[in-house]
Amino acid sequence: MIKLSHVTKEYPRRGKALDDVSFEVAKGEFAFLTGHSGSGKSTTLRLLHMADWPTEGEVRICGFSSELTSPREVWKLRRRVGFIFQDFRLLPGRTALQNVAFALEVTGTPRREVLERANRLLAQVGLASKAGALVNELSGGEQQRVSTARALVNEPLALLADEPTGNLDERASRGIMELFRDLNARGMAVLMATHDLELIRAYPGIRVIELNQGRLAFDSKAAGSGDRDRGEG
Amino acid sequence: MYAIREAVAAIRRAPVLLVLSAAMVALALYVVGLFAVATYNLHEALGRIEERVEVVIYLRDDARDEELRLLEEDLAGMDEVLRVRHFTKDDALARARADLPEFEDLFRDLDVNPLPASLEVELVPGFRTPEGVARVAGRASIYPSVEDVRYGDEWVDRLYLLRRIGGIATAVLGAAFGAVAALIIATAVRIALFARREEILIMRLVGATNGFIRRPFLLEGALTGLIGGLLSAALTYASFHAVSTLIFRLEWIPIEWVVTGVVSGGLFGLVASAFAIQKYLREI
Ligand SMILES: Nc1ncnc2c1ncn2[C@@H]1O[C@H](COP(=O)(O)OP(=O)(O)O)[C@@H](O)[C@H]1O
Ligand SMILES: [Mg+2]
Repeated sequence: MIKLSHVTKEYPRRGKALDDVSFEVAKGEFAFLTGHSGSGKSTTLRLLHMADWPTEGEVRICGFSSELTSPREVWKLRRRVGFIFQDFRLLPGRTALQNVAFALEVTGTPRREVLERANRLLAQVGLASKAGALVNELSGGEQQRVSTARALVNEPLALLADEPTGNLDERASRGIMELFRDLNARGMAVLMATHDLELIRAYPGIRVIELNQGRLAFDSKAAGSGDRDRGEG
Repeated sequence: MYAIREAVAAIRRAPVLLVLSAAMVALALYVVGLFAVATYNLHEALGRIEERVEVVIYLRDDARDEELRLLEEDLAGMDEVLRVRHFTKDDALARARADLPEFEDLFRDLDVNPLPASLEVELVPGFRTPEGVARVAGRASIYPSVEDVRYGDEWVDRLYLLRRIGGIATAVLGAAFGAVAALIIATAVRIALFARREEILIMRLVGATNGFIRRPFLLEGALTGLIGGLLSAALTYASFHAVSTLIFRLEWIPIEWVVTGVVSGGLFGLVASAFAIQKYLREI
């Protein structure tokens, strides 16, 4: 489902943001991508979303390879992969409902179905009452949930989430995590970047992949599940 | 369908943006419109003066009828000639009396009519040039019955020069104003798009195809251009009307010109949008 093979990403003048990283996330698997700030989590997710291309190595996701997909074709990939951005990326001046509906409209979904599904997703993230509110008038946590609903509204095969609980309080974080686990249980692969160790500890069953200065530092799957806690120290 | 709905929604969300860019387009095309009115009127005025370019052939009193007929047929057969009118000596006197009533006494006391018969040759538009006039005059002066040929060669030369300068000035200035207007329209559209680059980026991020993203923007660009074009037509007409009633009479430009202006405003908006949006579509 998700596979990085010897991926190196170099930014001009900034050096290597990722250095020979390889790992795989299977269909229906849930994995945390962790590491200090600047360790390359966002870069990894951006490469998987093909918002950028690796300098070396190959990225694969949902049958799309970074070596075969051109910028003109990324739209196909983006309809299959949900992405929750660290900075939400919502359209200001539009309501929560319009923002969620937007991701469906671009795929040419019939209007009736668009509204029905967008409303359902907003209810799932607990924002049904704010459907008509402008997103720029919502709190950070509420915007985060709108962006989550948008990422999920196309029923993606894989979800990439960049610090999706970063702006949420304890209770809201749990809510989002439960939603992800629920969708994961129904077959959606999840790769979630987070530096929240408390959250990771709260879900001992979930795989942890740790980056350190652009290199793969730890993978609980490779280490064997019993050793998971060692990598977070 | 989506594109129309989205374009309308975008205008509803930010009507000020549309009004501002349409106003910019309107001002740009307004200058072109004023120029068009000025050019058209100048053209018409020159055309009216030009209609008076003709060759007058004075005939000898002893001219023979067959020769005259030959001359008339010869002239009428020339490409340059539209019409030949024959005025007899009596016609000439009658005209003189009508034109100069203050000399009525003088005319009445005449024993012999001193005025010559004449042929007045009207030229085909396009041949009302120094060359055309000279050719007709040259042909006529071969005939012995012709006393004299007049065609005001000096002012025909000047008129012709004026017309040439006018034509060149119209082409150069028109092209310059058109280019400036196109530039302003392109800038207006770019500003409007710049305000929405985030939206374009997000559309791409959630899986919209380039065509899908482009359509509402193209529609909006075309609409901006059209509204600007209509506004400029209204402004131009208002200015025309004011000058025409307060200062001096002007002719309103042909409706085809107005339609062309408004439509090209829309087209410019469309093309400018297409170019401007391409820049954002290349980003990821
Ligand atoms: N667009 C970019 N241009 C230049 N350097 C970048 C860019 N994006 C990220 N980086 C650099 O790459 C490194 C990894 O960043 P990032 O992937 O955002 O880390 P994380 O998400 O783990 O905090 C950082 O040193 C960052 O400065
Ligand atoms: Mg990050």
